[in-house]
Amino acid sequence: MGDFFTLVDWAVEDAGFWGRLIGVVAVWAVPITVWVSVVGLFSIWLERKVSAHIQCRLGPMEVGPHGALQTLADGIKLLAKEDIIPQGADRFLFALAPILSFVGSFVVFAVVPFGPHLIIADLNLGIYFLAAIGSIEAIGVIAAGWASNNKWSVFGAVRAATQVVSYEIPLSLSLVTIACLAGTLSTIGIVESQAGWIWNWFLFRNPFMVISFLIFYIASLAECKRAPFDLPEAESELVSGFHTEYSGMRFAIFFLAEYAAMYVVSAMGAVLFLGGWYTGIEPLDSWLTTSPVLGNVVGALAIITKAFFLVFVQMWLRWTLPRIRLDQMMYLCFKVLVPVGMVVFMAAAFWQGVFGAPDLGGLGSKFGLAWFVVVVVGTTLWVKKTIRRTKGYASANFLEHQARLGHDVGVS
Amino acid sequence: MNEHTGIAVALVLAGVIAGGMVWLASILGKKNPTPGKLAPFECGNEPIALPTGRLAIKFYMTAILFILFDVELVFLYPWAVLYRDLGVLGLTEMFIFLGVLLVGFVYAWDNGALEWK
Repeated sequence: MGDFFTLVDWAVEDAGFWGRLIGVVAVWAVPITVWVSVVGLFSIWLERKVSAHIQCRLGPMEVGPHGALQTLADGIKLLAKEDIIPQGADRFLFALAPILSFVGSFVVFAVVPFGPHLIIADLNLGIYFLAAIGSIEAIGVIAAGWASNNKWSVFGAVRAATQVVSYEIPLSLSLVTIACLAGTLSTIGIVESQAGWIWNWFLFRNPFMVISFLIFYIASLAECKRAPFDLPEAESELVSGFHTEYSGMRFAIFFLAEYAAMYVVSAMGAVLFLGGWYTGIEPLDSWLTTSPVLGNVVGALAIITKAFFLVFVQMWLRWTLPRIRLDQMMYLCFKVLVPVGMVVFMAAAFWQGVFGAPDLGGLGSKFGLAWFVVVVVGTTLWVKKTIRRTKGYASANFLEHQARLGHDVGVS
Repeated sequence: MNEHTGIAVALVLAGVIAGGMVWLASILGKKNPTPGKLAPFECGNEPIALPTGRLAIKFYMTAILFILFDVELVFLYPWAVLYRDLGVLGLTEMFIFLGVLLVGFVYAWDNGALEWK
């Protein structure tokens, strides 16, 4: 257990308040800022590449290797753009909104542990903080839509409000389920209670947690306003929703905030359900705890890999599923996710009470192993069946597409 | 100094970064406001209607529903943390609490509060 202050204390003996404050700003603030920027730039590049390859295109290729510096070039271009505040807009709110949105998604990084010691603030209210501060981003979005003096923006803003407010409930239900299993709200504590083999992860802790993870994932998609829940910025109906009137750097900040939020919810998914910084191989993890430096480095790599995998799935979903309607969105939340989430919460709490007790001789862990095997085998069979069912369709489309292009796909 | 200082540092830093980028852009970008550019976007037409603050009541209904559920969830957090210590009695009490809420939920569903129309 420890946070960055212990690291600062370890580096500078008896630093005092101001010394520690400067230490925190220098040691933590600079790397995390760079990291958020790298995550933002990389995610935007990844989104363009993933969308391109899903649509049999190549995406950005010119700036840097495979277009890796394209986003940076776009950012520099946006810096030189005119700063437009439309006529009739509420100038103060209009200027404040993107900053509020960015602050909301940036501050949540404070409770994401990248390793046993790589956390800014090990709050004992960690996931409650996530639920509370994560919503500030939505306030920025609502303020943006309201301040723009444009009806598309107002529609986007009320949709964003409705959506974020509604999906807060299933999201909190799955957070509470995790708190019930871990017995703490601290993110460090939650990860530490998933130590050991891969079946100790909360995803495999009992049969209901897979459903809880799905609820968390769907709700986090909606909280991030990602497709298929991108109603607040539905470009075919609302031009681009709440940021119709935004351009230049203010738009870029909204964009960055969206991608930072995507990354944060994915990292939190990894922390809550996928064992955080643990690799899931028990001997390796217990060896890593003996070396703080190596433990933190490998831990950070593990959690970043897991988080980017979840980010990739978000992008995959975006370019696969069509946008749902507003009434479907509300139906899914209040008539599917909330009742299912409540039942899952009660069942998981009950299961934890019966099988999670230490005096049962680690029966929970043995069950975890069995359930892990069931989930892996079941998923494999389901994927194989789906591939078999869709194979003819997909390959026919693919060949037709190739023929129309007149060349091999992948070479443009 | 405790954990909350880290949060405060992060808050200030985020504000400075975002504000700084906008400030930099306002310095570097050129200024050429024209009436057409500053008009609200309406696909090139004159805006037919501007937002007047009147919106469908169903958005308001959703907000009320959210408050009901969120108050319930606030009660669940402390219970979940102390769940292991509370034992069977705590589990029973929470099941009764959730049962009462579930009755309310079914009632709201039956009355059409969850319909989007």
